[in-house]
Order: sequence, then C-alpha cells, then structure tokens
Amino acid sequence: MNTLYSELQWLPRVPEDFAGRLKALGNSASPLGRELQALASYALDLNQLTKLAKAIGVASLDGKSLDPLVPFRLAVLSNSTIDLIVPALVASAARHGIVLEVIQPSYDQVAQEALTPDSKVNNSKPDAVLFALDYRALPLKLTLGDPEGSASTIQGGIGYLQALRNGIKTNSNAVCIFQTFAPPVEVLFGSLDRALPGTMRSLIDGINRELAGFVPDSGDVLLDVAALAETVGLADWHNTQLWNMAKFSFSDELIPLYADHVCRTIAAIRGKSKKVLILDLDNTVWGGVIGDDGLEGIQIAQGDARGEAHLAVQRIALDLRQRGIVLAVSSKNTDEVARKPFEEHPEMLLKLNHIAVFQANWNDKATNIQAIAEELSLGLDSMVFLDDNPVERGLVRKLLPQVAVPELPEEPAWYARTLAAGGYFEAVAFATEDLKRANFYQDNAKRADLQKQVGGVDAYLASLDMTITFQPFDATGRARIVQLINKSNQYNLTTRRYTDPEVTEAENDAEVFTLQVRLADIFGDNGMISVVICRPYEAGVWEIDTWLMSCRVLGRKVEFMVLREVLEHARAAGVHKLYGTYCPTDRNKLVIDHYAKLGFTKVSEDDSGLTRWELLAECANPECAPMKIVSRGFAEAKEKSIS
Amino acid sequence: MDEPQIYAQLTEVFQDVFDEDSIEVTPKLSAKDVDGWDSLTHIRLILTVERAFKIRFSTSEIGKMENVGDLVKLIKERA
Repeated sequence: MNTLYSELQWLPRVPEDFAGRLKALGNSASPLGRELQALASYALDLNQLTKLAKAIGVASLDGKSLDPLVPFRLAVLSNSTIDLIVPALVASAARHGIVLEVIQPSYDQVAQEALTPDSKVNNSKPDAVLFALDYRALPLKLTLGDPEGSASTIQGGIGYLQALRNGIKTNSNAVCIFQTFAPPVEVLFGSLDRALPGTMRSLIDGINRELAGFVPDSGDVLLDVAALAETVGLADWHNTQLWNMAKFSFSDELIPLYADHVCRTIAAIRGKSKKVLILDLDNTVWGGVIGDDGLEGIQIAQGDARGEAHLAVQRIALDLRQRGIVLAVSSKNTDEVARKPFEEHPEMLLKLNHIAVFQANWNDKATNIQAIAEELSLGLDSMVFLDDNPVERGLVRKLLPQVAVPELPEEPAWYARTLAAGGYFEAVAFATEDLKRANFYQDNAKRADLQKQVGGVDAYLASLDMTITFQPFDATGRARIVQLINKSNQYNLTTRRYTDPEVTEAENDAEVFTLQVRLADIFGDNGMISVVICRPYEAGVWEIDTWLMSCRVLGRKVEFMVLREVLEHARAAGVHKLYGTYCPTDRNKLVIDHYAKLGFTKVSEDDSGLTRWELLAECANPECAPMKIVSRGFAEAKEKSIS
Repeated sequence: MDEPQIYAQLTEVFQDVFDEDSIEVTPKLSAKDVDGWDSLTHIRLILTVERAFKIRFSTSEIGKMENVGDLVKLIKERA
C-alpha cells in the first residue's frame, strides 16, 4: 500500500506523549478546542482517532466550549457499515477546525431516511448529508455491448441519486455531498471493460461523469471517492473479505485517509481551505543553497534529476497561483542574493511577479510568516508553509500552530506530490473571480516590515537536544573540511581558500589551532558545519585565519559555542589575545558584525571595509547555548554538558 | 513467537483497542467479559491484531474464534 496516502505522511508523526496528552485534556492552559486541534493534527491511526473522538464526545457532553472549533452537523447515509468511520470523521474534523456532530441512522436505511419527512436525519436538520454509498447501492445491471440499455441503466442510477437528493432538499434542505463510485476490481474482458458499454466499469464511469456534470453546478458538493480509490489503487481500496464479514465499503486501512478527505470537504464548505502557499527557497524551490552555490551551482535545470524535482515544486506553485492561491517566500538569505535566481536564472519558472510577499532575511521564519500574514491581511490559518528543513518546520509548527506545515520526505522527487496529497487547498466551487485573486495581491514581491519578534524561539531551540562536537582537523574530516573551505561564501570571515595539501599542513602543524565542528539535533546529524583555523601571530596572540559556518545552522548560537571552545584551548596554550579579521566580499555582508556580536573590540577599519578586531582571553565570556558539548581528539578527550 | 510474547503483545493491542489500561488478557477472556466488546469492536480488534502480528485470518477462522485462547492458537501458528 502506498504509505504516503494510507499513513497520511504529510502530517507529522504521532508523538510518544499522545496518550498522556489525551488524558490530560482540559488541564492545560491553552483552550480545549486548540488542544484538540493540535492532537488531531498528527497522522493518527484508526484506534487513535477513535480515542480522540471519544474525548471530543466527552467534552461536548460536558458542555465545554470548544472554541475556536466551528460546529458542523453531518448526517451520513450509507449502504455499508460506517460505525468505525464515524469516530474517524469526528477526530479528523478537529484537524480542520471543525467540531463535528454525526447523525447516523440505522444500517442501510438510505432511501427511508432521505425520503421520509420526519426521519431521524431530516429531523436533525443537518448542515450537510453525506451519501456514503458504494457501487453496490446502485441499481446497476450488466448490459454488455448494449448502448441504449447502458444509457438507460446509467440514467436509472442517476435518477435514484436525484430522488434521494430531492428527499433531503424537500425535508431538511441540507447540502448534499455525493460520492463518486469506485468500480470493483474484477473485470470481465480486460481493456474492453472500459470501452464496451454496459460493463460495470463503463456503467460506473458513466455515472461518475454525470455526477461531475451536475452536482457542483446544483450547489451540492462532489466528493471524488473514485479518484481517491484510483490514487491508492483499487485493489488496495476494496477489501472483499471485509465486505463479506462486516459490510465495509473499503479497506479499514484507508479509513483515516477517507475521513481526512471528507473533513477537507466540510472545511472547504465552511470556507476554511488555505489560501496562501509560503515557500522556502534553498533545497525546496531549487537544489542547493544560493548563498554558497551561486547561480551556477543551484540545481533547477531540465535534464538534471535533482533539478527536475525542484522544478516540479515551482510548477505546482505556479499552477496553484493560476487557480487563485497566493504565493509568498520565506527564506533565510540576504534579500539580493535570494532574488537573483528569480531575476537572472534562465531555468526558473517562478518569477518575482508571481510572488506577493518576499521575505528573505536572517530573522526566524515564524516572525517572517507573521509579517506575511499581516501584509496580506489574511489569517495565519489560511497559510501553508513548505520547507525541506525539519528544524524550520518544527519551529513554525510550535510557534504558529495555525499555519499548516506539511511533513516532507528526504527525497525531493516527492515534494510536489506530498504537498498535493495534503489537500490544503480543497475547494468545493470555482469561480472566475478565483483566477484573479492572486493578481489582487499585486505580486510585486513586497518586503513586509517585521513586527515584534514571535516569542518562544529560544525555548524551541532548547528542545532540539543539540550536541556540538569539536575536533581538530584529521584525515577523516579532511575532504569535508576542504569542501567547506572552498565553497562557503556567506558565513565566511576571510574567504581564504586552501587546497587539500594546505589543509593537511595545518593539520600537522603543532603551532596551528584547527577546529572542525559538527552539530546534531533530534532531527538528525547536520554533519560538519563550521571550520576555524587560528595561527600564531606573536607570542601569546592567535590570529583567527579562518572562521566559516554553514548557514543552515544560523540562529542557533553555534558561533558562541565555537568561540568558547577556541578560548578554552587558547587559554590552555597560554594565549591571552585573539585577533580576528573581516575581509568583505560581495557575498559575506552577513558576517560584517560577527566579531562585534562575539564581544570583540574593533581595532581598525580601512577604506575597503576590511575590519580588524581583538578579544582579550582573560575577560571574555561568550554566552552559552543549550547544547551538549563533546570535545575530542585534542590533548585529552573530555565530555561536558550544559543545560 | 512463544506464548508469553504473544500474550504480552496482545495485552498492548487490547489496551489500545478498548482504551482501557486495566484489561488482563487470559485464555478464557471473551466478548461477554469486556464492556464495549460488541461485534464492531471485535472487527477492529481482529484488524489491529492482524496488523500488529503481520498475519491474516480467514473469514471462517474469525467466525470460529470463541475466546482469546482460540485467537492465540492461531497467532502461534502464523507469527
């Protein structure tokens, strides 16, 4: 079974403390409705959905307020057993901001409930009635090779559905949600089952086509179950053994997926579909990091496997924009650097005039997304944020829980599909006005002013369980050290390029202090992310020859921890002063204040902008970040932990 | 898989399906002993057992099970 769909892999995995949080409901500071929505936002399986639904039921019975969840009453009419589906619907609805009340009549009473004026369903005055029918509910009989018989059978099926609809409209005037039908797996001919009139396949095709033709226009809603079944595979959708035993229309394994699709539809009816797609840039919209790899180095070329994956993300973004979804950018980059591919790269599909708000700076993404929301005058709950970096995804989920953040797999080839699978932009109607909506936001890639910082970033970083590992240069790390030295452009103080033999020389020179730095966190190992070389300047003084860092770990105070480590070794070597230099290039403006932030004093500045700084080891006390420190390969191995 | 292992994993399954930490899974345990063990919860239970042990039961096997002991016997043969 394709797990992207059956396990709802665009949703974050269920945390260990799910059961505990469920039990503690109502005791937390945040509103009950918000906590329920948070719990529902994980990829819950059927048993977990059932438990959550029970908790929602208990809260409703107790008369507790479930704000800001919005109530919706759904009657479900089915020819199959839906008892296991109903709790899944209730729990999944919370994910979409809805408190769902389900009216469930007795088994297989579809016509009776729809047509009888004072039936349970009609009396309940539902907001919508879901006709959860499968192909067995339709009066279909084979009319092999008979076009007229076939047309008449199809009309008969449609007539039956319309009679049900009229019953509901007359008696309770609820919105009717009609499902398309997944044909059975078993075919009689093979390819001819589609071509020949009167086979099950072509009869059901005909009914589905008719439904698609008149349902949306009539003000009712189409739920394309046939497409869903096709997406996961008819053979996985249908479980004949389960039908025989318990009259399940489809495999129990797909109940969470089906429930999510029904609830997306309800959310769309209530106007809760997302309206904005916010894109990260590096490794999301192109392969590589623009600040380090430059225009020549990023991957978006046709014919390049990695590039095509990222182009697919651009293409789906553009197509979404065409249907009225607004595009924005939130990237950790210098603004001019981030804009360059949009302006100059020949293979870019996205241009600046497709982007309504363009936030590229070194501030945290939560604060930036807040700014985007304010600039567009749209709520955070109308935003979807796409980012390849699990740390950024975690930050936005934690600090701005109303923003939808799909999980992404490691492999970029699946990014576009995963975004689409999430169904964030589900719509039940489409008007020509929608086509123009993106233009209304005057796509001029505006830079929004940042409002006050979104709180909680430090606490989030502390929760990442980071471990920083310091080692001197060695043979194992050499290749990566050489790579970093030669390709880092942005967070690079002096941009000195060294060859492999030169790095080896530094490694073996007892007078030279070298540092390779690795960072790991709960999401995994980031590998080597910083390199420092200190050379003797004069007695008791070190010159920081090289200090570079990967931009991926910016904002985590790594540079402070690196300075602490350098100082420790400096002091042990009898060094009392450190000199540092900032050599400006057209790419490293980012680090103009690096030494100032670390507490160095500026000693000189020349016309080219080159600055020299000094730090006295005796009084230096750089701030500490919440990470575990491992320092090894030096004179003696030590391990410390700072919380 | 040996019986103690099966019973240990089955206990987790039962506790998950019935949302009840106090359930004790014994060979004689059957639907009449547990609140909420109706025919539909039974289906959910069988499906969860199948997933947990990575096995499949036939329709007639499911129909013939009278108590947990019968279930464990089948799991032992398959898992």
